[in-house]
Amino acid sequence: MSILRRLPELLGPAALVLGTALLGLEISSSLQTYFLDTLVKVSIVVALYLFIGNSGVLSFGHISFVALGAWTAGVLTTARSAKPAIMPGLAHFLLVTNVGNVASLALAAAVGLVAAFIVGLPLMRLSGLAAGIATFGVLAITNNVLTYEQSLGPGLNSFASVPQTTGMWQAAIGAVICIAVAFAYGRSRFGRMLRATREDRAAAAAAGISVYRQRLLAFALSGGLAGFAGGLYVHLLPLQVNGLYLNLTFITLAMLVVGGSASLLGAVVGALAVNGLFSFLSAAVNTVDLLGWRLTVPAGTPEIVVGVLMALVLVLRPSGLTGGRELSLPRRRAPRPTATEPAAP
Amino acid sequence: MIVGFLNLTWGTFADGLALGGVYALMAVGIGLVFGVLRLVNFAYGQLVMAGGFALAFGAQWNLPLGVSILFCFAVVFALSMVMDRLVFRPLRTHSPAVMLVATFAVAFLLQSVAQLAFGAYGKSAGSLALLQQPWDIGGVPIRKIAVISVVTAAGCLVLLQLLLNRTSVGLHMRAAAMDFETARLLGVRANRVIAGAVVISGLLAAVAAVMLSVRYIQVTSTFALQDTIVVLAGVVLGGLNRPVPATLGGFAIGFASGILGGTLPTNQSQYLPAFLFAAVIVVLLVRPNGLFTRSGGIVERV
Repeated sequence: MSILRRLPELLGPAALVLGTALLGLEISSSLQTYFLDTLVKVSIVVALYLFIGNSGVLSFGHISFVALGAWTAGVLTTARSAKPAIMPGLAHFLLVTNVGNVASLALAAAVGLVAAFIVGLPLMRLSGLAAGIATFGVLAITNNVLTYEQSLGPGLNSFASVPQTTGMWQAAIGAVICIAVAFAYGRSRFGRMLRATREDRAAAAAAGISVYRQRLLAFALSGGLAGFAGGLYVHLLPLQVNGLYLNLTFITLAMLVVGGSASLLGAVVGALAVNGLFSFLSAAVNTVDLLGWRLTVPAGTPEIVVGVLMALVLVLRPSGLTGGRELSLPRRRAPRPTATEPAAP
Repeated sequence: MIVGFLNLTWGTFADGLALGGVYALMAVGIGLVFGVLRLVNFAYGQLVMAGGFALAFGAQWNLPLGVSILFCFAVVFALSMVMDRLVFRPLRTHSPAVMLVATFAVAFLLQSVAQLAFGAYGKSAGSLALLQQPWDIGGVPIRKIAVISVVTAAGCLVLLQLLLNRTSVGLHMRAAAMDFETARLLGVRANRVIAGAVVISGLLAAVAAVMLSVRYIQVTSTFALQDTIVVLAGVVLGGLNRPVPATLGGFAIGFASGILGGTLPTNQSQYLPAFLFAAVIVVLLVRPNGLFTRSGGIVERV
């Protein structure tokens, strides 16, 4: 019974994703990229949610796992003949190894998971601001190394000839996988323990929960999802290292907070709402047909409108659009007199 | 003594001191606002950027140098007041994470506005470029801007120290930084203290903008972005809670990056950010409260 009641928490976000994918398939093909991009962002934001939402610790480092996943999948699926031109200094092992689409995604997830676990081993001892800055340091280091280390990938070149396998179905299934993992984790005893540490760290520790271990587990798991999302991303666009740095960190964190960082639904709604609006305005820069009414906005409008809206939501509704609530079936409540109701004489 | 190690010249040493000085000012700016608002202002770099653009416009309109610098101060001052009124003040009582993301939003917004208004290549702020030329001090060529930066930074820090320790506004600020609620109960006016901290931090951003515009003549939408990131790391390295450790942290990281950037060959200095951040992470693990703070860890219960 309790599982049944919890099911909307999984089905609601999954339905939103599938609805977006179906809408994307119906709409003209020139706009499909925006839908694909939105679905990949959903995966990234759900990965962020798994750690940040459940632990209440802010991480600026997750985009580095996205980048590592993208690097893994991108390097391993670029055609052998195209590698020397794009990645001149590539290590021999990476030069001769090629894998298929699904295997590259699995490897991207594995690399993200392992990297997050290793990084988390020391970092999860920190909390609060120190954790925020340290994870930011991880992001800066990853960006710096991937930019200059030619033996690992293309450096400042873009992943120009990665097979673009992230179509609507791959993007949607990928996002649903991320949602399912986050749901399963959230319902598991580990997820519950981590949320207990979020609500009251001292009480949770007193009840025998190791804050460090629970955070480490969630960090590694969400790093795995982030790597997976990076794999999806590189199969969608010819990514470049600076596309996986500050701006992506800013916008994905904003999506999470705008949606409501304390719930899975919030993560999905935030990603869909913010990226949907951003995409719509980006399309409108080259004129969009809106119910027979042609709309054109000047270049730069998307960034500014989204920036203003993000600030507005934060000021007016700081717990996010969903207020951190999950979707749930209406409960039957036992009748109970409340303070506002006049008591029977 | 130090010179001769790492084939360091006095010129590079002075450049390191200068960069350390500018970063120290930015560090104080970030640290002061953190003290009263518990807010790490990621949009601080965009204040410096706005100052840079003001200087660039001053150069374009052929304003006299003094007027152009005044214009820079006015722009940064106005922008920091607007930021305070519209974003920081309404969010004051919310969780640090929300405030942090709000400053992200502001940073993102200002950067986009700058990119839209001034294009990807930005504008040139060349009016102070002649300060790149060296002075001959005791037979050693040292760039004028290095001397000016060091002197200005030292002057600002002394003034700030006097303000914090010798005036009632300073006393209020220090009290608010220690315990905001108790300070309010004792009659410290919250809005005034916050406005004071925001104004001072804005003025320091303007000073940093003037100094950095000599260093990077081209002002783009990412002007001072990388510097702000490094300064943030330095502030945490030193200890975010108190002005003096924060300043020292900012200075140390600026000095280290100035010296190492000037002496290491390119194939090593390109990894400088990675080394700096690795050092920051190690320090955070060993001393989460910062390098230059005395007290041990206090578990905050409320």
